[in-house]
Formats: sequence, C-alpha cells, structure tokens
Amino acid sequence: MSEYNNIMVYTEVAGEALSALSIELLGCGRKLADDLGQDLCAVLVGTKVSSLAQAAITYGADKVYLVDDPLLKDYQSDSYVSVLEKAVTQAMPQILILGQTAVGRDLAPRLSFRLGTAAVLDCVQLTIDPDSKLLLQTKPVYGGNALAIYTCKSYPQIATVRANVMSHLEPNTSRQGEVIIIEAALDPSAVRTRILEKVPESIEGIKLEDAKVMVSGGRGIGDADGFKHLEELAGLLKGAVGATRPSCDNGWVPSTRQIGLTGKIVTPDLYIAVAISGASQHLSGISGSNTIVAINKDPDANIFKEAHFGIVGDWKKVLPAFTTKLKEILSRA
Amino acid sequence: MKMIVCIKQVLDPEAPPASFKIDPLSHKMVLPAGIPPVISSFDECALEAALRIKDTTGGKVTVLSLGTGLLRNVVKKPLAMGADNLVLLEDEAFDGGDSWSTAYALSRAIKKIGSFDLIFCGRQADDWDAGQVGSGLAELLDLPSITVAKKIDITKDKARVERITDGGHEVVEVDLPALITVSSELGPPRYTTLEGIMTANQKETTILKPTDIGVEASQVGASGRRIDLQKIFQPIREGNCEFIVGESLEEAGANLAMELRKAKIL
Ligand SMILES: Cc1cc2nc3c(=O)[nH]c(=O)nc-3n(C[C@H](O)[C@H](O)[C@H](O)COP(=O)(O)OP(=O)(O)OC[C@H]3O[C@@H](n4cnc5c(N)ncnc54)[C@H](O)[C@@H]3O)c2cc1C
Repeated sequence: MSEYNNIMVYTEVAGEALSALSIELLGCGRKLADDLGQDLCAVLVGTKVSSLAQAAITYGADKVYLVDDPLLKDYQSDSYVSVLEKAVTQAMPQILILGQTAVGRDLAPRLSFRLGTAAVLDCVQLTIDPDSKLLLQTKPVYGGNALAIYTCKSYPQIATVRANVMSHLEPNTSRQGEVIIIEAALDPSAVRTRILEKVPESIEGIKLEDAKVMVSGGRGIGDADGFKHLEELAGLLKGAVGATRPSCDNGWVPSTRQIGLTGKIVTPDLYIAVAISGASQHLSGISGSNTIVAINKDPDANIFKEAHFGIVGDWKKVLPAFTTKLKEILSRA
Repeated sequence: MKMIVCIKQVLDPEAPPASFKIDPLSHKMVLPAGIPPVISSFDECALEAALRIKDTTGGKVTVLSLGTGLLRNVVKKPLAMGADNLVLLEDEAFDGGDSWSTAYALSRAIKKIGSFDLIFCGRQADDWDAGQVGSGLAELLDLPSITVAKKIDITKDKARVERITDGGHEVVEVDLPALITVSSELGPPRYTTLEGIMTANQKETTILKPTDIGVEASQVGASGRRIDLQKIFQPIREGNCEFIVGESLEEAGANLAMELRKAKIL
C-alpha cells in the first residue's frame, strides 16, 4: 500500500469562500500530515472556484487538486463521485477527509464503495496510531450513547468529520503550494439526477448555528402554542428557538429547527432546554454549548446530567416567571 | 410500482440513556432484558415512504432485512403496516457485518429478488449510525441514489424527491429504477392496525441463506468487514448541575434569572 502517501482534504465552498468546516479540516489534515511526515493535498471541485485554491494553501495545503467545470456547479452524487475518483486515483492519498455535511455524507460512502475501500462518517476525532500508523477514527454510535474507534483495512482511509470539533490553522498568506488541474471530462448523460429547484430554509430571525442563545422545547411543551413562550424568551435574549425531534415530528415547529444528531449541531453560549428529556441523540447536538440550563418536571431526567443549572418543575410555571424577571433585569441594565 | 424497503432490527434507541451498557465480553451494546428491539426509526420512515406510494399509485412492497436473532413480531411489523412480503437474510454468517458486508449481501439478495423500480433505505441505522448502506447498495447495483429525502412524488417512470441539504432542501428528479434514503422529516410512520396484524401472518416470508444468494460465508458478516472496531466506550457525563429552587416554581424561575445574571451568563 506504500504507493499511497499523502493526506487529502475535500474542501467545500460556501458562497465565495472555503466553508468554515473545510478550513477546520485543513487544520486537522495538516496535523495528520505532519505526524506522518507527508504532504497535505486539498481537492477543490466546482464551477469558477479556481481563485480559492490559494486559500486552501493559506490554510495549510501543500498541493491543491482543482477540478473546475460548468457541469460541477451543483453537487450531484454521480458527477462528484466520478471527479473524486479521478482525483484520488491521481493523488493516491492514504487518508481522505471530508466534512459531515449534506455533501460529505452522500459523497463519502458512495466514493468508498466505488474505490473498494471504506469510510467512517461523522468522526469527532482523528489521530494516527503510533504503532500501526493507521488512522484512528472516533465517532459517536448508538445515538451518542457510546463512542467507537475504527480503523480502515484499505487505502484511502476515508472519514467525514463533524463541524466545530477540529481547530483551524491561522492563515498564512506567504505559504507556497502547487495547484494541479484535473479535467473533469464529464459525460452529462452519466449524471442520472437533475436538480429542479433549490429551496433555501426560510429562517426567521437568527440562524441556529450562529445564535449565541438558544431556547429549545421538547415533547413536554405539548403544542405549537406552547412554543410562543419560548419565542418570547428567545426574542428577549436575541436568540433562536430550537426543538427536539418529537416537537418537529409533531409539527409544532418546522423540522429545520431540529437540534441533535440528525438535526443541527449548535454551539451557543447559553442553551436553555425546556421540557426536554436529554436523549443522547439530542445531547449530541448541544454538547458544545458553554452553559446548559434545563427545566424539566422529572428530577431524574437525563438532561440534568448535562446541564449546569436546572429547575425541577412544570415549565408552564417556571418559564413565564423566568422571562418576567429577566425582562426586569435587562431593563435595569 | 415494485418497491423494496431495507429494514434493520436494532436495540431500542429510545431506551433510557443510562440503560445502555457495553458487554465487556462481546464489546457489544446491550440493553436490560425486557426492553425489546425495534425496527430502526429511519427504516420505518423508508417503509412509510413506500407505503404512501402504494396508497396513491398502487404497487408491491417487499421488505428485506438482514440480521441474526430477528424477532418475528419485530420484523413482521412492516407486513402489519401494509407491506406485501418479507425476505429475511437470516444466518449466523451475516452477523457482525459493517456497512460494506451488509450492503454487499443486500445487493445479492436484491438481484435474487429480481425486478424493482425503487429501493428505500433509512438514512442511517439507529444503532451504529454509520449512514452508508443506502449509498453503498446503490453503488453496488449501479443505481442513481438520492439520500436524506423528506418527500417523494412519483410520476410515471420518474421520482421527484425533496432532499434535505444544509441550508434547506432541493428538489431532485431521477429516472427509475433508483435508490432513495429517507429521513424522519418525511413525517411519522403509520400505526399498525388490528386488521393489519391479523393479515400479516398470512403474508409470505422467505428466508435466504448465503448459498441462496450466491455468496461465500467469508464475504459477508464479520468476515466481510472493511473496517475494524478497535474500541467502544461510553463517555462519562459528570453531572454537576446546580439546582435552583424557591418557595414556589415561579420564584425558582425568577431566582434562575438572577443566578444567571450573577454568573455573568446573561
Ligand atoms: C437515530 C436517531 C436520531 C435522532 N436524532 C434526533 C435529533 O437529531 N434530535 C432530537 O432531539 N432527537 C433525535 N432523536 C430522538 C431522541 O431519541 C429522543 O426521542 C428525543 O430527543 C426526545 O425528545 P424530547 O426530549 O422532546 O421528548 P421526551 O423524551 O418525551 O421528553 C419530554 C420531557 O419533557 C418533560 N416534561 C413533560 N411535561 C413537562 C412539563 N409540563 N414541564 C416540564 N417538563 C415536562 C418530561 O419529564 C420529559 O423529560 C433521534 C432518535 C434516533 C433513533
């Protein structure tokens, strides 16, 4: 397997720049490359993205494999898997890292099956085993009730990484690197899906991922009306309203507000969990919060194991009084 | 419309978090006896997606499940919900697989089942959360795939799918046959009816062994794995919650506000 000898990071573009997660992945890839004494390659795919190659170098890449083609404007499994297959075959990386995003979780498994290797998705830690030199891939399993460490038996070892768990490097604009152009040479008829429409989330107020304060409600809120109390509090604190899966499944709030393993992962300064039991799948999405406050009528609720402040009791009594007092405090300040 | 839905029997993911324990001998997660296994929740959503198509355009829904120790009242639930027949890949040889060996065995079973228009899988299984069997299966069967769907409409020989993306969703069209993985945003799966339960037992169940699908035991289950589990452990949650009280719950609420202020959190 010795012909495989570098680390590759798949970088995604957000708007006009590399995505924040891609920059984190470059930081993580740089560290792994240094540990193994290898080069870090980035692979950059899209339409009119060539100007971002330098950014990948600035954030740690030694080489950038650039695939720029009008047919790559939108992510589609068929086109992107075939382009990545080309890049991997040319660069022969030992390790390929992607983000755990809508793109990464679609691309990584299909690509790994195409290449006859394997992937581990949603990793929260990647390290090199000092003895075997294999990539140790740590990921939550059983909805976050446990962590598993995997190794992959074949190259490239493919991993997707969750947002906000790796740290990026300080940009260094004097870093030099090489840009290698790969022709996509796509056959349009080999792309078997067609994107008819892209529908952005209609977000009222602050984006969940950007909110400094979040007020989330669980099944115990009981109905859509109950969420009005949460909205009032969130409004007061210039925060956003989130929810658990049951609250979304019941239609009390749009499913785009779901926080957790299969919803959004948030990292606010303050997370207020109201009538939420604290299932591991939900905790997976909030463990990066600085302070967690829980209101739950069940003293044994699991959320209190994760919370820093808690009140045991009916939220209908606790929350309005909390909001009123806060209003008073904030108006004094 | 011929549809195949892949389902997996898993430990109940909604069991109390503290009841999940790792068995030191097998390194497997276990739950106390008395908490029965269930069908992985996203697989139930996948089944619901297929049944909705059957409701509107008609068709046949075949449910395919791979595993060992499959409880009949668990894996037959899809029949009670409205699926037409059940195919079980049930053999010790299938035990301990990863995404690769599972997708491989399923792909061989699907070739054996024969023709189909749509294959549905859950976006990920509730136990290992690997999230790869659907895409892998599509790759092995050379099918187009659309992952993490929340709505599926069928028009003649095409599917129009709403696929969840990071910033919203996109509407994607694909010619059939195709494979779709489904997420919970589809909406809750239907309940079983008494009538459904009564008819479930009359529906056909087929059991397939490795030889029936033309695979060597060494290619499936634990022997066919491409990733190794080095370690599994449970993170310890410290639990240092400061409980705020008061004469009444209202007072506790007000005290909480003051406490957060004092701690300079608000
Ligand atoms: C694979 C998988 C992925 C999942 N992904 C997610 C995910 O991304 N996000 C997510 O949230 N869930 C997810 N879930 C679901 C998760 O397992 C739990 O079912 C869910 O988080 C529970 O939501 P809850 O706390 O609102 O409801 P429950 O667990 O029903 O808890 C409700 C709580 O409200 C309390 N309560 C009730 N009434 C009151 C009252 N009047 N005052 C105060 N407290 C009250 C109760 O004591 C209880 O603790 C997933 C599940 C699976 C299997």
